[in-house]
Amino acid sequence: MKKFFKIALVAVLALSLVACSSSETPSTSGDPATTGDTASINIGFVTDTGGIDDKSFNQTSYEGIKRFASENGLVENENFSYLQSSGEEQYIPNLSSFAEEGVDLVAAAGFLFTDAITTVAAQYPDVNFLVIDVAGIEMDNVQTANFAVNEGSYLVGVVAGRKALETGTNHVGMVIGQESESMNGFWAGYQEGVWSVCPDCKISYDNSNSFGDTALGKTLAQKQFEAGASVIFACAGATGNGVIQEAAERRQNGEDVWVIGVDTDQYELGLYGDGTESVILTSMMKRVDTATYNACQQIKDGTFKGGNVDYTLADEGVGLPAENPNLTEEDLAAVAEAEEAIIGGSVTVSTVPQTSADNPLIIG
Amino acid sequence: MAYAIEMLHITKDFPGIRANDDITLQVEENTVHALLGENGAGKSTLMSILFGLYQPTSGTIKVNGKEVKISDPNVANDLGIGMVHQHFKLIECFTVTENIILGKEPRTKLGTVDMKKAREKVVELSKRYGLQVDPDAKISNITVGMQQRVEILKMLYRDAKILIFDEPTAVLTPQEITELMQIMQNLVKEGKTILLITHKLKEIKAAAQKCTVLRKGRCIGTIDVKDTSEEKMAEMMVGRVVSFMVDRPEARPGDVYLDVDHLNVKGAKGTLAVKDFSLKIRAGEIVGLAGIDGNGQTELAFALTGMTKIESGTVKFMGEDVTHASIMSHYRHDMCHVPEDRHKHGLILDFTLKENYVVHSYMEEPFSKNGVIKMKAIDEYADRLSEEYDVRSGEGKDTITRSMSGGNQQKAIVAREFDRNSKIMIVVQPTRGLDVGAIELVRKKIVEQRDKGAAVLLISLELDEIMNLSDRIAVIHNGSLSGLVMNKDVTENEIGLMMSGGLSKFDEEAKI
Amino acid sequence: MTSKKHSTLVVSLIAVILGILVGCVILMVTGRNPLNIFVALIRSLTGFSINNPDRGINMMYPLNWLLSSMPVILTGLSVAFAYRTGLFNIGGEGQYIAGSIACAAVALLIDLPPVIHTIACVIAAALAGALWAFLPGFLKAFRNINEVVICVMMNYIALYFNDWFVRSFLPIDEFTLARTVNFPETVSLGNLGFGTASQFNYGIIFVIIAVIVFWFVMEKTTFGYSLRATGFNSEGSRYAGMKNRRNTVLSMMIAGAFTGVAAAIVLIGNYSYGRIYTGFDNFGFDGISVALVGGANAFGVLASGLLFGLMAASETQFQILGIPSEVSDLIQAAIIIFVAMQYGIRLILDFLDRKTMKDKVKEVA
Repeated sequence: MKKFFKIALVAVLALSLVACSSSETPSTSGDPATTGDTASINIGFVTDTGGIDDKSFNQTSYEGIKRFASENGLVENENFSYLQSSGEEQYIPNLSSFAEEGVDLVAAAGFLFTDAITTVAAQYPDVNFLVIDVAGIEMDNVQTANFAVNEGSYLVGVVAGRKALETGTNHVGMVIGQESESMNGFWAGYQEGVWSVCPDCKISYDNSNSFGDTALGKTLAQKQFEAGASVIFACAGATGNGVIQEAAERRQNGEDVWVIGVDTDQYELGLYGDGTESVILTSMMKRVDTATYNACQQIKDGTFKGGNVDYTLADEGVGLPAENPNLTEEDLAAVAEAEEAIIGGSVTVSTVPQTSADNPLIIG
Repeated sequence: MAYAIEMLHITKDFPGIRANDDITLQVEENTVHALLGENGAGKSTLMSILFGLYQPTSGTIKVNGKEVKISDPNVANDLGIGMVHQHFKLIECFTVTENIILGKEPRTKLGTVDMKKAREKVVELSKRYGLQVDPDAKISNITVGMQQRVEILKMLYRDAKILIFDEPTAVLTPQEITELMQIMQNLVKEGKTILLITHKLKEIKAAAQKCTVLRKGRCIGTIDVKDTSEEKMAEMMVGRVVSFMVDRPEARPGDVYLDVDHLNVKGAKGTLAVKDFSLKIRAGEIVGLAGIDGNGQTELAFALTGMTKIESGTVKFMGEDVTHASIMSHYRHDMCHVPEDRHKHGLILDFTLKENYVVHSYMEEPFSKNGVIKMKAIDEYADRLSEEYDVRSGEGKDTITRSMSGGNQQKAIVAREFDRNSKIMIVVQPTRGLDVGAIELVRKKIVEQRDKGAAVLLISLELDEIMNLSDRIAVIHNGSLSGLVMNKDVTENEIGLMMSGGLSKFDEEAKI
Repeated sequence: MTSKKHSTLVVSLIAVILGILVGCVILMVTGRNPLNIFVALIRSLTGFSINNPDRGINMMYPLNWLLSSMPVILTGLSVAFAYRTGLFNIGGEGQYIAGSIACAAVALLIDLPPVIHTIACVIAAALAGALWAFLPGFLKAFRNINEVVICVMMNYIALYFNDWFVRSFLPIDEFTLARTVNFPETVSLGNLGFGTASQFNYGIIFVIIAVIVFWFVMEKTTFGYSLRATGFNSEGSRYAGMKNRRNTVLSMMIAGAFTGVAAAIVLIGNYSYGRIYTGFDNFGFDGISVALVGGANAFGVLASGLLFGLMAASETQFQILGIPSEVSDLIQAAIIIFVAMQYGIRLILDFLDRKTMKDKVKEVA
């Protein structure tokens, strides 16, 4: 192996010589770390396989960075930029490339980054990392941000339960993208929220096992709507888009069905017909942009610390969108009431969901 | 007499080889002119030059008396030269009419293809030249002979005045050959000029007026066909006296090696193609199986070699039942098989020549040891086989067989199969596509194998070959044995009758 | 007629150059600096940054290049092996997942000493890949059912089977519930990162062995000879007495085994835990392109695998230099199209030859 290494090194050196001779005029677009004011802050964001324009997690996280950048006069591709990962095996190369470029903060979103961040952070102790939705990393240079998704899901559960009572179906649904610890938070909060206003409500539940299968999402929505659900909480990335499509088609046929969006305000995604009405009843927002924004701010202030940061309802880390055209005053009042109860501590939302084995109201 | 084509002092050099050396070919108008030569004599090169595929190194070409430069096939077409290739260039899923008009479609005012007009034109052409074809049939549904007519019609549709036929009879049945000869006469009558490339002397005798003979890239001479004997032409072509009749001493048959008993075999259509067929062949004799194409010969050969399932009856090789044995097991029982279809079965066309030489024996020493190929042994073996059977190819044993000429491909198969010195030989159409010299060689080898003690079943569509080589002759008609006679006691006429089912004759002496 | 004098290697190289040129043109049209493609490729290839020469050579980049080449070389060999027998193995994704299930199961459920444990994982993955490829091969050979259809179905069966099997039989990581616990330390391909953050590892040994095995079996053994015969002309090889059906099944299985090894190397080398797939990794599909560009022979596949690995590894550099990662996909696609058009490239080469010959003749005249 040593010999191979030597040969490779010789080859590399030889190629580098060739490369040197042609490098008289370096390109102007430049690397983020070295061009511009050295005193300014440099931030890199690595997407998961969903890409930067996923209208969800990655996009929102990056928007937090952009907001910070515009307030501080940073320039995209000079002070901050993103790397898209075409496959999971690209996480480590992408993270370490940013680290090699010497950025001040490398951010990424999603629990799939757990091992990649751990590996790369150990390799680059001088670089700070922010990773969203990951628990259990204890390193000085890694900040993990977690959201009380159970609390946010409780609120949309309240909305869903009220809708089920209103339509008289007493039946709601949920589609998830993959079983995981964080998904359990969504599921547990949603259950409690629904049953807090409608104790007899049935909940249909399906795991699509994919965050990108729109067709499957449509099929599962069909199944749940046929079973009688009037609202589906779609927690499944692009698979959820299929749920939204199915609902839109049904609304156009006069059915009274709704979808609750996830992560971001998905109202726009749910527009149908002439584009004035949306199937999105409301959305369970996770303010990942707050997490990235805060981390950037901490870097600027020099207060960035490793360890876990929890974003709860009280911190406005989760919640409903500011505007909810499809909700009534009564709905909003009920949500506000539940919100107060959670913040005040009179209601504690579980993170462990009930399963269909111990609750006949859950239809698997 | 005016010349339609004159190719004067044509020389063509390829790197390392002179393919045409000062060849002069003058074709008179309104005649059938034959171009005769062995495989590799330079006929194809000369025709490629005429067709604009190659440029001559030196020499001139005149068409209808005017000197021309044919830079590509389009120029040749514009000059009224059309070529009927040996391998047809037709689109299988198109109809006859569609194929004929392709590239030169009559149009309606709207710019769409005027199929009605096209069909009329095709019908009119086929009437005028006596080329009956169904204009609406799909190519995939018509016979090879019909496909050839479509190729001819394609040329006529494009107003070709000079038609080049490249080995046109290689793919035809005897009846189709007769019909083609008639078609050629009609064409000449209607004012066309035909250049016929072939190495079959009989056809030249039947159809052509003049004949130019090539040998090893040189022009040997142009002769009047009616004044020249077949033997003389053969001698000019090969360069020595050729004997058509193989010297065949009296057979001395031994034990029964191949025993076929009440065999029934289904054909592709699911009906019985071979019916209740029984035949015994002894060591040291050749039994020829005569018959018109499609009377069950193919299925019989497949059944005997294990390539198709046998419905009922038995096949025994030297007393051992191989009726339901695998193909490999047939070979292990000392059989060799020259197959009918050399492209589909006989060769792996994308393999090199040497790789093709060992398709049966690659598992055996010395060609492999412990599962590893021993290329050196194969190289040596290939050199010997090519030498012994005169197999010629561009890059020797490393030539991809696809690029070899049909005749040399056939010789390679014969070499491989005969060199196994098997006790039982199933030989189907062994000389198809071969030139005179090669035919002589292969026929000699068949007799040689017989004299070494092999039992030979020779299945051929060419009656000449059967009459020439067989000790006994079996005739198959409609899947059944319609005759079994001693060669010495039968006339060609009688065999013909048995082939068509008009006669059933079983000699006592021929029965065993 | 086109001649064979222009070798596949030359044609493939031209296809690669044309593909990169297409990428350059796209960048120019969209107002970006096309030279950045070369800056990125050289960085990934050598670790040397033309824009920042003073940083010297960073071995992480070439090592990452080799790392990302390893799986596609193996899946390329897989597709090529089946292709040489006249089969189209589009079932790589399924074989890959089957291999990764077996690898994870052996890693987590069996106790073995170091090295041996790793080898056992790789062998298990190879066997599982072979097993997964058995069915399409068997149905093709004995029922003449198109292997493409079965392969595609087997891909999805593997995807969902994986979820059930891993969750039912393997210990799941309690923090995420979306993967197994980490493999024990006895299962490791080591690290050849030479102090960089690269995960490059001893999996490369398996890759080299696989290339040599492919070459030897295909070109040097009687088995390979009969496989090639079957691939070129199955009727002809049947006539010759070869066991076509057995060859078809075995060829698919060997192809599956190559993909299985790819799965094991990625799983042990890059992840070190059993995965629950929500989609395909696409190495199996990439293998089709790699085999095509590599002309379906061992060393061609090695070279084209290194090329596709380079394109994958360069995506990071592309993006850092402001080139969308899609351009890298686009260049790959263009290369494949140009390779598919090699007949056309040969024609052009022949034409140029003839032209230069004519010019020479003129000079003489």
